[in-house]
Amino acid sequence: MRINHLGAFDFREAELEPELFFATAASRLNAGGRAAAYFAMPDRNAHRLVIIVAFDREGGLEAYSTPVSGPFRSLTPSCPQLHLFEREIWEQTGLKPEGHPWLKPVRFNTPGSVPGSADFFTVHGGQVHEVAVGPVHAGVIEPGHFRFQCHGEHVFHLEIMLGYQHRGVERRLAAGPDARSLHYAETLSGDTTIGHAWAYCAAVEALAGARVPERAQALRGVMLELERLACHTGDLGALAGDVAFLPTAAYCGRLRGEFLNMSALVCGSRFGRGMLVPGGTAFDLDYALIKELRLKLEAAYRDTENAVSLLWKTGSVVDRFSGTGVLTKEAAEGLGIVGPAARASGVGLDTRRNFPYGPYEDFTMAVSGSGDVYSRAYVRWLEIQKSTRLVAGWLDALPEGPTSVPCGPLKPDSAVVSLIEGWRGQICHAAVTGRDAKFRHYKVTDPSFHNWQALAMTLRGGEISDFPLCNKSFNLSYCGRDL
Amino acid sequence: METLRPLSGLLAALLLAPLLPGVANKVKAFFGGRKGQPVLQLYYDLAKLLRKTPVYSVTSTWIFKAGPAVGLGALLLALTATPFAGRSAPLAFDGDLMLVVYLLGLARFATVLAALDTGSAFEGMGASREAQFAVFAEPAFMLGLGALACITGSVSLSGIFGALTVATWAAAAPVLLLLTAAFFVVMLAENSRVPADDPNTHLELTMIHEVMVLDHSGPDLAFILYGASLKLWFFAALIACMVLPRHSGAWATDTGLFLLAVIGVAAAVGAVESAMARLRLLKVPYLLITAFAFSALALILQLAR
Repeated sequence: MRINHLGAFDFREAELEPELFFATAASRLNAGGRAAAYFAMPDRNAHRLVIIVAFDREGGLEAYSTPVSGPFRSLTPSCPQLHLFEREIWEQTGLKPEGHPWLKPVRFNTPGSVPGSADFFTVHGGQVHEVAVGPVHAGVIEPGHFRFQCHGEHVFHLEIMLGYQHRGVERRLAAGPDARSLHYAETLSGDTTIGHAWAYCAAVEALAGARVPERAQALRGVMLELERLACHTGDLGALAGDVAFLPTAAYCGRLRGEFLNMSALVCGSRFGRGMLVPGGTAFDLDYALIKELRLKLEAAYRDTENAVSLLWKTGSVVDRFSGTGVLTKEAAEGLGIVGPAARASGVGLDTRRNFPYGPYEDFTMAVSGSGDVYSRAYVRWLEIQKSTRLVAGWLDALPEGPTSVPCGPLKPDSAVVSLIEGWRGQICHAAVTGRDAKFRHYKVTDPSFHNWQALAMTLRGGEISDFPLCNKSFNLSYCGRDL
Repeated sequence: METLRPLSGLLAALLLAPLLPGVANKVKAFFGGRKGQPVLQLYYDLAKLLRKTPVYSVTSTWIFKAGPAVGLGALLLALTATPFAGRSAPLAFDGDLMLVVYLLGLARFATVLAALDTGSAFEGMGASREAQFAVFAEPAFMLGLGALACITGSVSLSGIFGALTVATWAAAAPVLLLLTAAFFVVMLAENSRVPADDPNTHLELTMIHEVMVLDHSGPDLAFILYGASLKLWFFAALIACMVLPRHSGAWATDTGLFLLAVIGVAAAVGAVESAMARLRLLKVPYLLITAFAFSALALILQLAR
């Protein structure tokens, strides 16, 4: 069933017969659709499968659901982008996707399962070896287990095993909406506070039929782009640090702080906590603050331009980035990769362009073609330029009016799909309400859920010493995937 | 007094070597717009580590424990054959340059064996890389020493650098320039500096030298860190001797100039690290082959002269 982005629809109308459901899902995905979410929700004594298919070029969304009570047909063999979704469904409900080529737990959160203890791919033969990294790492990063099958420096395959960060936050969200829901949404992935909070607020607003004032939309845009600026700048510095290129590494670390401090000026939190509320924003900008932000933005952007342009001007950096960790366009599309990582492989997907929301109009996305570390870094730089222009534009012409409207009760027996372009890529929140106008189910798909497999693909046939650089070029969230 | 003077040079080298990594770090901090760690940081680290109790894995054997001591011993011995401020080293005889190259090899061998002894995948990887790159670095260094021996007609380090004068530079400047460049590249690779390695990284999968010593702790780690600074001193001293052919004969002037040159080499290492990115691992051999080509070219030029 065709649905509108951020439009509440009657959930019962999306229902299909099981046979028809799987046939439709497979044909829609093979016709250029991308699975934005695929999940199972409890339905009386059985379960209900729901798939949200996004058609990026046309900006179309479709939703289908079907009741299931036993093993179901795995679509992964023909649509690889569903591989992790089906494993998640199996882990959460016990319903077995029959024919799934590599069925194993996603988060190890069922009774008796231990994170990391599952089957791994193995290599056999002379001179081959395996390298296991993590879950405890040398740097201050999140835990995850990486297993490389190698021949000398050459990597045959990398298998990534996560689940150590599972908190059950998605299940808690499904019990809402209540006073805690917004804070859960803000902490789904700490560095994407605004992105996830916006996706949550937009879903609630759509279900409540609230119209967010233009001023609040622009303020949300400012915060989302500041978040993107901070993360992209920090990551470009970290990429420079990984190749031991000192100048950019040293300056970008500080400049990330400049952008974060601008967020703090607006709402008191460097990560934008407490800024968004269903119905609008909790804080407003006065003239003096707008002027201050404008000056700070200009100064921070100028410094960032100086620090980052060194990357493209220094031969040793360009040589190190180019051709490292290539993700082909076919792989990116086949696996449903999102965000700058997809755009760096030539995939034309940017939620701000394909599924416009809030203040975004006629957004032109930054796409690069080669799919290597250089390309992923360069797309980040292009987005830094775009985000700076967007923030400056909104600050210069902030619409007048209130910053929030009251958000009433939710529509019963409805559903909504909310897509937001976080800095890592498309965030998808899907909410279904029950007869009592409370959530019946709430499904979060962080961009990292799609993209971890892309990282594994870039290492295939690559060098094991390139892994940290490839990893940094994606900089995925562990807790966003583990929820 | 005359017998004590060479020993005073050695003593100064042993005392001042931990200063060099500090100098390189300060230069890097300057380029990065930071204050940086104290120049004496390595001294503090060594004092701290020497007071600690080492931790040994139950899977490791005496090889693991012997590695750092053998490595440090070999480097100490190599330093006794290293000339200081243009004067003869305490240990100087015909052919000592061969001994020095083999001592460096022995130190490497001990580190590699200790790394393999842990059975860790990381350390095995580092050992493999270290051994692989040594195959390229050692010929470049040996051939360079050979060319120097041809120029000066001496096969002892002290003899070579004693015979190296302004007149030699005037006669064979291109050859000596090539050799200085070759030694500088070999120094960067042998001391795990950018662009061959990154001494600051915490990413085990990209490390070469650092990953081999991850499991060492306490005094063992102090031996390794001190040994690394001695190795840096060894190469910096050779380069300083190359570029300072003129000796006034006055003890204080010579020593001062020499120390300045050694510190200048360490600063140059820091400057290189500030200005360029690290090479991808597969391209490190290219760098060392370039150093080999410099040495070979120097030798050919010298023989054709």
